Amino acid sequence: MSVTVHLPAVLAKLADGRRALDAPGATVGQVVAHLAALYPDLAPRLRDESGRPYEFVTFYLNDEDIRLDGGFDAPVSDGDEITIVPAIAGG
Amino acid sequence: MIERSLSAHQGVRSQRCRICGVTSQPAPEAICAECLGPLEPVYDPDRPLPAPEEIARRPPTLWRYREWLPLTGRPLHATEAGWTPLVPAPALARALGIRWAWVKNDAVSHPSLSFKDRVVATSINAAAAFGMSTVGCASTGNLANAVAAQAAAAGLRAWIFVPDDLEPGKIIGTSVYGPRLVRVRGTYDDVNRLCAQVADHFGWGIVNVNLRGYYGEGSKTMAFEIAEQLGWRLPDAVIAPMAGGSLVTKLHKGFGEFLDAGLVRGAPPRVYGAQAAGCAPIVRLVETGGDRIQPERPRTIARSIAIGNPADGGFAARVLRETGGWAAAVTDDDLIAGIRLLAETTGIFTETAGGVTVAAARALARAGRLRADDELVLCITSHGLKTVEAVARAREPLPIIDPRLGAVRRLVESLDDEPSKLEAS
Repeated sequence: MSVTVHLPAVLAKLADGRRALDAPGATVGQVVAHLAALYPDLAPRLRDESGRPYEFVTFYLNDEDIRLDGGFDAPVSDGDEITIVPAIAGG
Repeated sequence: MIERSLSAHQGVRSQRCRICGVTSQPAPEAICAECLGPLEPVYDPDRPLPAPEEIARRPPTLWRYREWLPLTGRPLHATEAGWTPLVPAPALARALGIRWAWVKNDAVSHPSLSFKDRVVATSINAAAAFGMSTVGCASTGNLANAVAAQAAAAGLRAWIFVPDDLEPGKIIGTSVYGPRLVRVRGTYDDVNRLCAQVADHFGWGIVNVNLRGYYGEGSKTMAFEIAEQLGWRLPDAVIAPMAGGSLVTKLHKGFGEFLDAGLVRGAPPRVYGAQAAGCAPIVRLVETGGDRIQPERPRTIARSIAIGNPADGGFAARVLRETGGWAAAVTDDDLIAGIRLLAETTGIFTETAGGVTVAAARALARAGRLRADDELVLCITSHGLKTVEAVARAREPLPIIDPRLGAVRRLVESLDDEPSKLEAS
């Protein structure tokens, strides 16, 4: 099972400049863990020391905020897209 | 397609991460490169600050507080923004059951009739300083109006993204200025996420995304004006609507900066926040005592504050708790009653967010969270003509008569009321 993860510019710098990465996993958390293992510099930007997402980094699974549907435990399917967006605004 | 270059003629301040404290050079970035936390401008603590008399001699705009704003030079754009009336509201105070009330009336803000003129004033000048020729925003309406108006005046291109089902008044009040106005299928939170990606991809100056640090500082001017208009003193309490949660944090910051500067004395005002019950993630965070926002899907007619994923929600909840304030969520019926109460007691017509603020003040007073001897400032952030649908639904039928005095006489007798009150019903 493989999903595509879209990174913002500030994180792409820590992943060899790549804005989109394919990674395996059955949940969002597993996909993130895979990326963290692949890119050690990226790892501490994706989740805190206890493995939770940061308050200021939002993960979207197919455009849906994962906090509305299980967080890192949200299941993913082949071909899904995860988008990472830091610190979005008010308005 | 990144358009950015530093222009020399006008500067902006450096920024510091609100989470890890790392400082970064002035840039159209809102995110810390170290920890991804939000950035905000840094001020030299040794910079010369003006005395009250000097500030009072300056033109009546928000730029009279320029030492506390993120530009280091003079503003090129939005030079007339700010300095809205602080209106005494004794009848409203009686209705709320508190000693005294003031309305900080940003419903008459120049040029677009909402407090968003303040944040666009600072961020559009930052955009100009960074040499950006295109600005934009994700908006629930008021910000769209403000960006479109001020970009038109500044001669900048504007790309504005709003939820597709926004109220007609907000759409027309944006499109009239000739921006690229895009309606996005989804909620504000969908629009917001899209704009984060747009800013990242195109490098435009999206005022509430990559210019957000410079944008937010404009809100402090509401606190500065309240302090000056009260004769260089602070009220007991202030209440404001909460969408992304930034305004309440910046009110607190503004009061604190004037206390630090010795311009006012005493305790910082208790800060209270208001949300609609159909979208109240910050109220729930305050009430539960948690530390992280749980996003919601908004369901309220208070579209201008319908943000289910408030970026400053955690900061806002902390400010409300730490100042001794609190938060309240009100129903759509209550907010409509709030709009009418404000109109009937002060002569000020506000949109849905203002109705939420008034209704929340009433709920907080009834619950004893606001005190009977309080002097309260209600921050009314936008004009009612933008959302006439809200009160049109609740309006009673108006009499229609022939143009004859007898018809008026019969009407007066039948309604047993002063003629001047008829229109108000």
